[in-house]
Amino acid sequence: MNRREFLHLLSAASAAGLALPLDPARAEQAAEALYDAPAFGNVSLLHITDCHAQLRPIYFREPNVNIGVGAMANRPPHLVGEAFLKHFGVPPATRLAHAFTFLDFERYAALYGRVGGFAHLASLVKRLRATRPGALLLDGGDTWQGSGAAMWTQGQDMVDAAKLLGVDVMTLHWECTYGQERVKEIADKDFAGHVDIVAQNIKTTDFGDLVFKPYVMRAVNGVKVAVIGQAFPYTPIANPRYMVADWTFGIQEDNMQKTVDAARGEGARVVVVLSHNGMDVDLKMASRVRGIDAILGGHTHDGIPSPSIVENGGGKTLVTNAGSNGKFVGVLDFDVKDGHVADFRYRLLPVFSNLLPADAEMAALIARTRAPFESKLGEKLAVSEGLLYRRGNFNGSFDQLILDALIAEKDAEIAFSPGFRWGTTIMPGEPITMENVLDQTAITYPHVTLTPMKGSQIKQILEDVCDNLFNADPYYQQGGDMVRVGGMSYSCDPTATMGNRIGDMTLDAKPIDAEKTYKVAGWAPVSEAARDAGGEPIWDLVARHLRSKKTIAAPTLNLPKLKNVEGNTGIAS
Amino acid sequence: MNLEHPASRRGFLRQTGLLGLAVSAATFLPRMAYAAWNKAAFDAKTIADVYKTMGVEAPTASAEVQLIASDIAENGAVVPVEAISKIPNTTQISFLVEKNPTMLTAQFDLGPDMLPEVSTRLKMAQTSNVIALVKADGKFYTATKEIKVTLGGCGG
Repeated sequence: MNRREFLHLLSAASAAGLALPLDPARAEQAAEALYDAPAFGNVSLLHITDCHAQLRPIYFREPNVNIGVGAMANRPPHLVGEAFLKHFGVPPATRLAHAFTFLDFERYAALYGRVGGFAHLASLVKRLRATRPGALLLDGGDTWQGSGAAMWTQGQDMVDAAKLLGVDVMTLHWECTYGQERVKEIADKDFAGHVDIVAQNIKTTDFGDLVFKPYVMRAVNGVKVAVIGQAFPYTPIANPRYMVADWTFGIQEDNMQKTVDAARGEGARVVVVLSHNGMDVDLKMASRVRGIDAILGGHTHDGIPSPSIVENGGGKTLVTNAGSNGKFVGVLDFDVKDGHVADFRYRLLPVFSNLLPADAEMAALIARTRAPFESKLGEKLAVSEGLLYRRGNFNGSFDQLILDALIAEKDAEIAFSPGFRWGTTIMPGEPITMENVLDQTAITYPHVTLTPMKGSQIKQILEDVCDNLFNADPYYQQGGDMVRVGGMSYSCDPTATMGNRIGDMTLDAKPIDAEKTYKVAGWAPVSEAARDAGGEPIWDLVARHLRSKKTIAAPTLNLPKLKNVEGNTGIAS
Repeated sequence: MNLEHPASRRGFLRQTGLLGLAVSAATFLPRMAYAAWNKAAFDAKTIADVYKTMGVEAPTASAEVQLIASDIAENGAVVPVEAISKIPNTTQISFLVEKNPTMLTAQFDLGPDMLPEVSTRLKMAQTSNVIALVKADGKFYTATKEIKVTLGGCGG
């Protein structure tokens, strides 16, 4: 077979959605090219974030809409597709291009296989630690939530997996949705002597006392390294406040500066922030707080191959973001000389599960943890004809499926589904299992609601959520995506101000009447009243809908008509 | 018992009932100020009217006044705010919420030996500018910050 024939076969095979078997020699070659990153300097930090309890390998499609507005337009992380590849110099149609972008997703996912999985991640961490003795493993949070098994064990499966993986330091967001007592229990018992939870911005509501250590100091090859924690600042707003009733959060920029100064005062030669701010917030914070060498960020699920370098009054700060769902490991190598960071190297390594052997001990732990839930998780509810994914500013095909299910099952006119950024991807022709449904819905406040709402209220909700996404000042953003909307059409101008972004609201081609009442279905209410009222968990409703359908055609996405976004690199053409 | 440790300090206060006392002490303050209650100012419906009834003319935005509050309120019903004045001879600090039906929400008269640092909790129904208004030597100075009140949910 000559080269042309081989390429022809390759494209035919991938067009048909067939994964080409990778022989061991070629797999090892590809793994070496990716993972044998030469060590550099004397202080190495390994960074994982936002794995959302995905213990096993999954597919995850990156977004084709991730718009930045104002000063955030057209700069990382607000680049998608070709613009992303061009900006970071990633060659198109390669394994790396597939890891970082949505381009030709079905074709390349079939070719390169699943990503992540803690057994494969564990092998990679061991491989990296072998060349980087003393390296710290930092976990940016959103680790204990996002799967059925994590929910049913109150995060215990992930706590055990993180300990076995050898996480040194972590910070928090979705962890808090198991309630403050559960978080403290894990911090004080399971994690004692193993993992430090750090957060300079979680304090008690009564006296303003710190709930966790603001930072920890670790010696890496004789160099003192401070790791400061920054939990998600808007946890009591984006998630139910009653779950963290005695804690207050916020960005706490002044206290961050004091904490950095305290760490330097204690002799830290390297100061990093393990952050769950989201990348835009991290970039702003880096421009205002002095003395941070790097902010290792998460929350916004941006897989960014090289750091943004931000200048501030104290020098320069690197800002990174390490994606989500166990798909990446960030490797930051510092060369520390004469008491300060002299140089660095950074890599964001995709975890391709067919290039990395499964670590036996981790695989055994995962199998043991899942055993009680296997039959429930494995139930095949329906077969998907199209690609099902979530990520994107306005809608995803799995969200559309949830919206369709809500409208059908609740006999609603309009449906809302939260703009979460977690949730895995299902390939066309695959069965949709209960596990897949839970990967999109497993939260501790899952109730379905059916609410009579006036047109004016609907507009207010859309404006409110849209401002959380597109406020020109990142400190006023919350980092989720736009609420997904079913049944109703609308337009959105991300560049407008609060109250002026949403327009052209119509239902069945008729304008939404501000005074008329509509039946609106939704889920994930954050109020205590909604918790007490109860209601069916969303996964039961979606599962019921899927069982009755058996086959799910590729959903048609209900997307708003966008205004004033011509030329924005956050939208793929 | 080591009262330096936050948890044991809280436990001690709880045991002795001092926690309740500490909380109720805060409620004495407005009553103590009752003698000087400027009813017209607290009833005023516009910023201009508040200023008029307080005798404020063209207040100056000043970097010497610090307004400390979160960017987004965790709970609009109780929004903690703190104002610190570094202006000499500060005798009064007030908080105004632009979009509240009555804007003047708190006023602190300070004696000569008191530090010009006050904190309180505001109630806000919607996103609004909050103003800390400082009186010193008969002149007025301000610091302004937008505090966002949001419906919540949908994050992450």
